[in-house]
Amino acid sequence: MTGSSSALLEVQHLTTVFDVGGRALRAVDDVSFEVRKGETLGLVGESGSGKSMTAFSILRLVQPPGRLAGGRVLFQGRDLMTLPEREMRKVRGAGIALIFQEPMTALNPVFTVGDQIAEAMLVHGFATRAGARRRAVELLDAVRVAEPDRRVHDYPHQLSGGMRQRVLIAMALACRPSLVIADEPTTALDVTIQAQILDLLREMRAAFDLSMLLISHDLGIIAGSADRIAIMYAGRIVEQGPVREVYRSPAHPYTKALLASIPGVGTGKRLTAIEGTVPPLTELPRGCAFAPRCTEALPECRLEPPGSAAIGPDREVRCFVAIGRHRPADS
Amino acid sequence: MPLLTVRNLVKEFSRSRGWWGRPAVVRAVDSVSFAIEPGETFGLVGESGSGKTTTGRCILRLVEPTSGEVWFQDRDVLALSREELRRARRDMQIVFQDPYSSLNPRMRARTIVEEPLVIHELGTKAERRDRVAELFRLVGLDPAHLERYPHEFSGGQRQRIGLARALALDPSLIVADEPVSALDVSVQAQVINLLMDLQERLKLTYLFIAHDLRLVEHICSRVAVMYRGRILEMGETAALFRDPAHPYTRALLSAIPIPDPDAQTLRIDWNPEGVDLHAPLRQMAAGHWAAV
Repeated sequence: MTGSSSALLEVQHLTTVFDVGGRALRAVDDVSFEVRKGETLGLVGESGSGKSMTAFSILRLVQPPGRLAGGRVLFQGRDLMTLPEREMRKVRGAGIALIFQEPMTALNPVFTVGDQIAEAMLVHGFATRAGARRRAVELLDAVRVAEPDRRVHDYPHQLSGGMRQRVLIAMALACRPSLVIADEPTTALDVTIQAQILDLLREMRAAFDLSMLLISHDLGIIAGSADRIAIMYAGRIVEQGPVREVYRSPAHPYTKALLASIPGVGTGKRLTAIEGTVPPLTELPRGCAFAPRCTEALPECRLEPPGSAAIGPDREVRCFVAIGRHRPADS
Repeated sequence: MPLLTVRNLVKEFSRSRGWWGRPAVVRAVDSVSFAIEPGETFGLVGESGSGKTTTGRCILRLVEPTSGEVWFQDRDVLALSREELRRARRDMQIVFQDPYSSLNPRMRARTIVEEPLVIHELGTKAERRDRVAELFRLVGLDPAHLERYPHEFSGGQRQRIGLARALALDPSLIVADEPVSALDVSVQAQVINLLMDLQERLKLTYLFIAHDLRLVEHICSRVAVMYRGRILEMGETAALFRDPAHPYTRALLSAIPIPDPDAQTLRIDWNPEGVDLHAPLRQMAAGHWAAV
């Protein structure tokens, strides 16, 4: 799935470890995917799956005791892992922008929203002071903030949660990035506001010619926003492919179980639960990390982790059962 | 007779407006009325600031309401003395949203679950020991882990401990305030299934407070939609989801993310301007009320 010429971002065998108690715990383990020009890739996982750590690793924002332990991250053809820190700073913001989950804490309470949008442009030398202020108003208008020339003087506490998230999106767009990483951009918001923000992100993608890596735990959100999805479990991508195909015919038992556990129509029926819990990094099993909770596990699943294999054009899965089903002749 | 009847419940909070300003009065709960039949799961849904959590707390008098009535069967809850209220709480328990902050981190799981029995002076030491082990098994936990502390359990297991504690006194009503919203999707399903199993086995009645409409649609028999302290619509879950009457309910339902890439979503925007939010509830169909 890598090496396609339309890829804007190529992540190859990315591995991030945490040095804890003399052990190197793999928070991100051999992760490979690409984000193509103009598309949204949805990265799905439960808490602790490593999806946010993947985003931090791409931007080289991992803090000790965490460290990047291997792999390449090609952005517009350059390997970000070997880039000097000075060059990397240009990539952050101007090449790849990050939108965080918490609009409350991601904004500085003592500066006006106009100052905060303008700052990024000044740091990256994108505009003069006067030009930055004018552009901040334009950006607020673009993200549908009413009366942008007044709002630009507001402080974060004067805005609602939804408005703050719009400001964060405006900040992310300020330096004309080509890739936006949105990490749970709507988790802290009410459902009606969440819907508006997701609509806005889709509009912005078209208007600003963006590619997007959308990180979420919610398969409902990903269904309506992503072109392709990658599912993470315990630091590894277990399945990826076009969103329709994965939702219609999930290959990995974890993906199947996740989709089945979503409450739907049919009041009072039992939900399909996944028994057990996500294993902590300190207690990862030797084989497939999902094997202890998997209803389809084979003896070999407990011996060694499966590698990733193609099961169709643009589809990959990391599961002995799914691969065996796809290629019965090999087994 | 309904198990719980709430009539014209009001809770006002006053907020200071500087040194000379007259304090502003905010009506967090504004004339809320509903009744829950025994064995029912009644959903209270709304976004942040809708007053759903405050309503739940007023019913248990964890927050004292400003006015209104709360009847538990034939008992007038708001007229109870402190001592009577303490006894009444045996029948009405609450499960909180956050299993990380609602359990005392310095207490062992055994002590957390046993505490209500000690407070209400129920049973001998040996009887309580047996009861705690039974409660642990009831919620799907291993009694071998009774001596552990909360941090040694996962989020889902902690919520089970909270549930075991709530069930210790054999209540008939449980106010479940966002009981699974802090949990991962795969664990949410386990806890929801457990709540449904327990309801059947113990004949429980739930007031289920939530913002997740998918969950409410799944678990609740009836539902009330709250907005800025008021109930705007109330009815059988299936009818309300199929045929919402209030523009806010329509907007809320249209905003639910559907886990299907091919789903046709027609987003309805909500604009409170021009909508009379104080309109009284009118009956739209049998058992279906809306403030339109």
